[in-house]
Amino acid sequence: MAFIPHTPADIEEMLAAIGAASIEELFDEIPASIRARPLTGVPEAFGEMQIGRLMRERAACDGLPLSFLGAGAYEHHIPAAVWAIATRGEFYSSYTPYQAEASQGTLQTIYEFQTMIASLTGMQVANASLYDGASAFAEALLMAMRINRRSKSLKALVPSTVHPHYRAVARAITSHQSVKLEEIPYCTETGRIVPEALVRYEGEDVAALAIQQPNFFGVLEDADALSDWARRRGIPVVAIVNPTSLALLQPPGAWRGGADVVVGEGQPLGVPLSSGGPYFGFMATRMEHVRQMPGRIVGRTLDTTGHPGFTLTLQAREQHIRRGRATSNICTNQGLMVTAATVYLSLMGPQGLQRVATACHARTAELLEALTRVPGVRSAFSSPFFHEVVLRLDRPAAPVLAALARQDILGGIDLAPYYPELGAAFLACATETKTTADIEAFASAVGAALTSQHAA
Amino acid sequence: MSQVPSGLRYSKTHEWVRVMPDGLLEIGITDHAQRALGDLVFVETPEPGRRVSAGEPYAVVESVKAASDVYCPVAGEIAAANTELASAPERINQSPYEAGWIARIRPDDAAAVAKLLTPEQYSKLIEAEGD
Repeated sequence: MAFIPHTPADIEEMLAAIGAASIEELFDEIPASIRARPLTGVPEAFGEMQIGRLMRERAACDGLPLSFLGAGAYEHHIPAAVWAIATRGEFYSSYTPYQAEASQGTLQTIYEFQTMIASLTGMQVANASLYDGASAFAEALLMAMRINRRSKSLKALVPSTVHPHYRAVARAITSHQSVKLEEIPYCTETGRIVPEALVRYEGEDVAALAIQQPNFFGVLEDADALSDWARRRGIPVVAIVNPTSLALLQPPGAWRGGADVVVGEGQPLGVPLSSGGPYFGFMATRMEHVRQMPGRIVGRTLDTTGHPGFTLTLQAREQHIRRGRATSNICTNQGLMVTAATVYLSLMGPQGLQRVATACHARTAELLEALTRVPGVRSAFSSPFFHEVVLRLDRPAAPVLAALARQDILGGIDLAPYYPELGAAFLACATETKTTADIEAFASAVGAALTSQHAA
Repeated sequence: MSQVPSGLRYSKTHEWVRVMPDGLLEIGITDHAQRALGDLVFVETPEPGRRVSAGEPYAVVESVKAASDVYCPVAGEIAAANTELASAPERINQSPYEAGWIARIRPDDAAAVAKLLTPEQYSKLIEAEGD
């Protein structure tokens, strides 16, 4: 049985009513040159048994490696209750429902999520989430351009310490709106932006400044000085933050110059690595900018009988009302991931999250110490860090990391493709999931790999 | 019946224009427009110094029902904006032609006002629209 509500007879009737000969005719105005052609090379559909087997085989490819990978996605302990609750039938839908207000429980969950994100980031209002951290960053830059109505330049200063993938995604999304991303160099000794690097932009028309804290290297930027520089010049600040770190670090709302839009990747909050997704992005801002924010927002209100209830609010920003002049074509959110994050944050509480963040930092300090004891390995930067560090090797990182992978240890990200000026260097991370024994095993495997390659 | 004060000029998109003694033009939306929109909850006013052409959206009014662009009836430069609307958008509902003004513009061509609708012409227009 086809689950298509209109029959061939219905289609005929509708076409006759509008005077079209065929459905094809409705697409006449799309030039033939840009039409999608039939996909070739797509295999025949599988049955449930076959697809189940394929998926199990694919899942097994990930194995159970000892992972020190970070760079935007982090392995954290997820209490069993998180997904037991998030996958209950009542929550198990990835979208805000089409009749949103009929699902008060879903709306309340999103409202609680927004409240937690606003509280974590030190901002006044948050949306119901975006696709992921990178696209949230792109949306934040566009939002900053709308906030900064005095600027004509559409030029955003984006430090090269911002995640390379985030910069690439932001460039892909914003370039068609004539936004220019100008990269600010970093200091190769400290791994952070030198506030003096901003001096050359004095008097220039700058539309926004991005600050990632901690930055891609795990290093803490001088967020107070950077945000203060922007604030004094009326330049909106876009902050990219790791939500776990906010349990220890100053939230952007409390930076000396504050922040106008705060975004980040929500995956560390109860979402498994899952071979790369789905994850979710979060976004928070100040109340004065709420009408420039993209995405959905759930508000709390009173119904006609005076009882509290939840509703989608400020929808006049959205595309179903404002059409081409909407703040964004984002019209949904990562509902299921957000439900998991809300349960995770509720279970952790502020103290629990702080313990996670403290343990991550302590493990990473231990990792740094263990690895720099290995001959041929040294710390790249002298600055304070959160839960990632850059390590320099006395020979290229790629073969060393490949040797570790053969022993089921994912040692980190080779930085050579992204930051060639650092020479042989890689980025490693240790979260609360790593034990002293794990770290020692990692260090001795690095030592063995360096020795054997030295011999070879 | 909506009010259509004499002494003002009007646009087909329901904006009014007042020529001020100093030659600036005060602009806003008409009584008919505010009635159609309903209770306003937010007004986005333009940044002074911005150049606008005739027919270009220069402000946004948001009611409980919808958000609408407000079009500039004549080309010029924004000289001032009614910043009080940020905290009191209801001024437009209460007093569309006085306290609810949206912006003052310095017109490129003062004679452009004469090409806009007279109160009589505008009254006919909204009558045809069922006011």
